[in-house]
Amino acid sequence: MEGSVFAEAIAGFETAVGRQWVYTSEEDVELYKDAYSPFWGEPEERLVSAAVAPESVEQVQQVLRVANAHRIPIYPISTGRNLGYGGSAPVYSGSVVLDLKRMNRILEVSERNASCLVEPGVSYFDLYRHIRERGLKLWIDCPDPGWGSLIGNALDHGNGYTMAPYRDHFGAHCGMEVVLANGELVRTGMGALPGAKTWQQSKYGFGPDIDGLFSQGNAGVVTKMGFWLMAEPEAYLSGTVQVYRHDDLAPLLDEFCALINSNGMTATTRLGSPLQLGRVFGIPPDPEHAALLDNPDVTPAELERYGMTHDLPYWTVDLKFYGGVEVVEAQWAHAVRRFTQKLPEARFSKGELVRFPLTDTQAAQVMDKASLGIPSLGAFFVGARSDANPVPSHGHFWLSPIIPLSAPDVLEAQKVFAQAFRDWGIRPLYRTLPQLYHPRAFYLLFGFALSEDAQTNRQTREIIRRMIKLAADHGWGEYRTAPAFMDDIMNVYSFNNHALLRLHERIKDAVDPNGILSAGRYGIWPKHLRKPAA
Amino acid sequence: MRILSGLLCALIGTSSQLAWSAESRSATGEQVFQHWCVACHGEGPDKPGTGALQAKYKGRLPALLEKRSDLTEQLVKFYVRHGVSVMPPFRKTEISDADLTALATYLAHAHQ
Repeated sequence: MEGSVFAEAIAGFETAVGRQWVYTSEEDVELYKDAYSPFWGEPEERLVSAAVAPESVEQVQQVLRVANAHRIPIYPISTGRNLGYGGSAPVYSGSVVLDLKRMNRILEVSERNASCLVEPGVSYFDLYRHIRERGLKLWIDCPDPGWGSLIGNALDHGNGYTMAPYRDHFGAHCGMEVVLANGELVRTGMGALPGAKTWQQSKYGFGPDIDGLFSQGNAGVVTKMGFWLMAEPEAYLSGTVQVYRHDDLAPLLDEFCALINSNGMTATTRLGSPLQLGRVFGIPPDPEHAALLDNPDVTPAELERYGMTHDLPYWTVDLKFYGGVEVVEAQWAHAVRRFTQKLPEARFSKGELVRFPLTDTQAAQVMDKASLGIPSLGAFFVGARSDANPVPSHGHFWLSPIIPLSAPDVLEAQKVFAQAFRDWGIRPLYRTLPQLYHPRAFYLLFGFALSEDAQTNRQTREIIRRMIKLAADHGWGEYRTAPAFMDDIMNVYSFNNHALLRLHERIKDAVDPNGILSAGRYGIWPKHLRKPAA
Repeated sequence: MRILSGLLCALIGTSSQLAWSAESRSATGEQVFQHWCVACHGEGPDKPGTGALQAKYKGRLPALLEKRSDLTEQLVKFYVRHGVSVMPPFRKTEISDADLTALATYLAHAHQ
């Protein structure tokens, strides 16, 4: 691109948003680099040519008109805090970041309808404070980092930790406002009806539902989004099912599936294994247990024996219930009865009943904040300095294959990845047993540390690419990733000669013919940057 | 930015002479700290920044930033704009230069 064209565009951006909100100095644009980049300090590092920070939808429209006229690549961010998945940096190096953080208005919160309408710069912390300050009987559902944007997280298919209708953040949205690449403004769902009274109550409006185009995509800039919130329940009750034999996993998950598919429990959960993982978060296993875990040939029977003598379950499943006091008590009793019928030796650990509302002091003391819709930054203990981790990482990034919710698949995935990690001589910074974000499948979470050493990061990237291929070979796909791996993952979604990607590309070419928006996001490139299929 | 705007409006409403005296910067700095920093650097077991500093200094220096007597304004500004370990840098649309000055002044004197 000629410098004069770029300079003209910058002048146009300054006219649109005001000179102080266009960042071009090295000091300022450095702040937009991905703080957790797997390319840290390498030539492939995604760079930012400038950043523009509008405060209104009209300014966004004007910025896009200027960018479209000058064919300037634009990369919108909301709060820019999806660390581990790209942060505030573009996929296509050299893009101008459209920083929407200043668009931080909470436009509407309806207690009666349990919904909200927000701009992209609104974080989970912001909405939580807004609700608390007004004493509204509403809960939000937040992901691990509370400083993320409701809109950005939903558009990235982020998940939370309360009940199923709310923790799929994109699934919980209701209505969008979008600026297209040519600056045109579109409202989806009921919002297409001027004066609509149900934009945040009825999702579909009339005609094809196109909201999905704007999630994990690059067809427009979302400037408003509605969400359904959860009415504050009267009470919360949690507990844990504990089983002690390796072969208990199949009946445990069969009964768990029956429970969630009958709405006997709608909360998120995770499969646990104190025997396999040791005691998570802080307390290391004792020497005998550690020796067993370090032995790659340890058998389930050996672990079982240790568990029986040390009262450590082989498998656990957490159960969480939200509702009226008598309802959550009845749900717990119902679940205990069902699991006991299937697994007579199962043990149950019942938590304390929590009643709402909580005072600020009580809310601050909650440890499992996300399950109660309280945002925090506790997730950043991963990789941070601690007594168990005296050399902190410089960030981390994630890979999360989705596997079926069944014992054979859980055991196969454990075997496949454990063998691969041994073969490759690595140990992830963080790994979980399966997590239940969506009600019908498990997510496996693997976290990898970012290093200051480029060679180490190159090796980690290679491992990630091998894992993507290995997972795909077993029918397990990823749901989200950092820009470094978007092409790799899109490439394995290859049914019928990459028919889905080719459809995405045709849509991209139609709605953004100059290819200015978020080039390369989730593997969708504009035609002038498209590489021949591998 | 909303914090700063709100405070400035309030100050102008009472006495424009007060704007950006050292006292007003310090008051705003505490608000900036509460808004942006306390979720990691506040008190409590779920604060990774406090946990990391406890692990680093093991009591030789306070784990809570507001209790540190060795923080200079320059040091605070450096870490906010450059990050350290898993703490990322903060952009100017998040913490403006004016907010950062207020925050730095606050943390340099909060222990007193």
